[in-house]
Amino acid sequence: MSWPHWIVLPIIAPLLGASVVLLLERRHPRVAAVLALAIASGLVVLAGGLAVSAADGVVRPYLLGNWAVPFGISLALDRLSAMMLVLTAIVGLVGILYACGGDARRGAHFHALMLFQLAGLNGAFLTADLFNLFVFFEVLLIASYGLLLHGAGAARLRASLHYVAFNLAGSALFLIAVSLLYGLTGTLSMADLAQRIAEFPAQDATLLRAAALLLLVVFAVKAALLPLYFWLPETYSSASAPAAAVFAIMTKVGVYAIARTTTLAFGADAPGPVAGAADPWLVALALATLALGATGAVAARQLRVLIAYLVVASAGTLITAVALGTHGTLAAGLFYLINSTLAAAAMFLLADRIARMRGAACDAIQPAGINAQPARIGMLFFVLALALGGMPPFAGFLGKSWLMREAFETPSAVWVWAVVLPTSLAIVVALARAGSTMFWSVPREPALAQSNPVQQAPQSTDAAPGARPNQQPALQRDGNGGPSLAIGILAVLLTATTLAAGTLGRYADATAAQLLKRQPYIDALRAAQPVPARFDPRREMREHPMREHRNAPSTPGADTERSSR
Amino acid sequence: MTLLLAIAIGVLAGTGVWLMLRARSFELIVGLTLLSNAVNLFIFAMGRLRVGAEPIIDATRAPTLANYTDPLPQALVLTAIVIGFAMTALLLVIALRARMETGSDHVDGQEPR
Repeated sequence: MSWPHWIVLPIIAPLLGASVVLLLERRHPRVAAVLALAIASGLVVLAGGLAVSAADGVVRPYLLGNWAVPFGISLALDRLSAMMLVLTAIVGLVGILYACGGDARRGAHFHALMLFQLAGLNGAFLTADLFNLFVFFEVLLIASYGLLLHGAGAARLRASLHYVAFNLAGSALFLIAVSLLYGLTGTLSMADLAQRIAEFPAQDATLLRAAALLLLVVFAVKAALLPLYFWLPETYSSASAPAAAVFAIMTKVGVYAIARTTTLAFGADAPGPVAGAADPWLVALALATLALGATGAVAARQLRVLIAYLVVASAGTLITAVALGTHGTLAAGLFYLINSTLAAAAMFLLADRIARMRGAACDAIQPAGINAQPARIGMLFFVLALALGGMPPFAGFLGKSWLMREAFETPSAVWVWAVVLPTSLAIVVALARAGSTMFWSVPREPALAQSNPVQQAPQSTDAAPGARPNQQPALQRDGNGGPSLAIGILAVLLTATTLAAGTLGRYADATAAQLLKRQPYIDALRAAQPVPARFDPRREMREHPMREHRNAPSTPGADTERSSR
Repeated sequence: MTLLLAIAIGVLAGTGVWLMLRARSFELIVGLTLLSNAVNLFIFAMGRLRVGAEPIIDATRAPTLANYTDPLPQALVLTAIVIGFAMTALLLVIALRARMETGSDHVDGQEPR
């Protein structure tokens, strides 16, 4: 890993790949799909390599424009970024693999949008610059709008309108917060910002606190924290399956951003006048999110809505872990994050399989027969439900119990236990009810789903808009193994995370330790030196300033000239 | 000038938020546009308001903000404008599609009962 540019490759490779895919997809759809798959697989390898290299605990800065830190945009690779990169790459690969089974052909540009989405996600995880974070948020959001609309339909359009409008309002708030921080501290680089906030005069801290909390609101929008999660169930349950699987990591972007900014600048442990600005609120809101997510899961009438509420619940758990803010809870939360992301993605994919095999009933939680392979799908559902619900023996259980044990030493222990235990039960009940209703209950008229699907299908507007009424041929046409392979990979990975829980737990532990030690991150970024260039245009300009500029007529003329450009 | 700009930003943002809460897709889009304009002005103001100063450092004056205007917010505004423009275009397309598919201008796709 001596080549310095590996760090920027997870952003550049999917960007370039997406552009090539756009060029190819009309003439050679098969080549485009293979290329997308190849890039996604390459990203998995690359992210894995970066994670291995980041495991030594050194923060690796990368100066994008070859400007030193407060002036230019920089990327930084540490354990947390590397871990998120690996998760993104896996989920992206699985989504593309699944889409090769037919979903990609339902609308235009699927693979390109997916790659743009991956580029945006990777960028958001890597960047060490606040405004750059905004830009990458927008990149991933634009791609997600396209993915959400993929294979349109009335329900999807309505969800998209809500989702886009909500996120645009969020972006406006993000811009206000970022520019306010710039106006107050004069910097956008996270490392420099952390340093300056630590030295910020206490009498001017009110505005700074407002900016910090505004930033938190924006991240809470992305992470689906309590008052701001209402967009999520609708959006995720109406997206096509591979898009929903990738969206499973999008809430984690919000969690990541909250973790990054709280540990670096705004947390209880960070020095400075705004330390712990959100402290009394964040834990309470996160626990309420968890409770409401579980309630929504119990009340859900469709499998995909249920999974979407479980995503909300897992976001609540994760933000609880981040907000408690001790080393132990942070480590437990990061460990739980791996499992919950993979399990949610797998479950979204499986829900789509189930919906296709049930004909008219689609993914409604009501008795209806399954056309094909009920035993295999049922077993998979059982396994994934265990993983997603956080039941032993899966890593989700380990993560939750670890979190509860660590939370024991914090002042909010009573609340954490009082919420996490009942919600876990509620989630298990919801999943068990869904599974037993869908797989074990015998429908009153068993032939209904198979004999007469066409009349039934159009009623359920919330059912997959693209679901073909005639299921059996669709299954055969989709039989290139991509979907099964995608779900299989996730199931294997979920088992592997359980088996390798010790290793992953130590990685999460080290990640939490690195996150809480802010100074090495700041120092590494501030110490990063630009690469000496053979030809430096800036020095040329400094040493040989252009004559006409110095002698230019002073302000008004120059001003109009500039504005007319 | 500061007061004037502050009032302008406030009026734009207030109008934008009010329009966004009207739950009609057209008014929603106009509201978002107004809000993003307010935000752009706000970013600009965060670089401090200076009239007749330039952002290019020359050798004759000391490189402090007293002599120059801050170039960074201008670059940020440019980025924000481009992104906001693209988003508005996308939202327009979605709103038009939704209008055609559902036959209603309401953001929920059906008239409130």
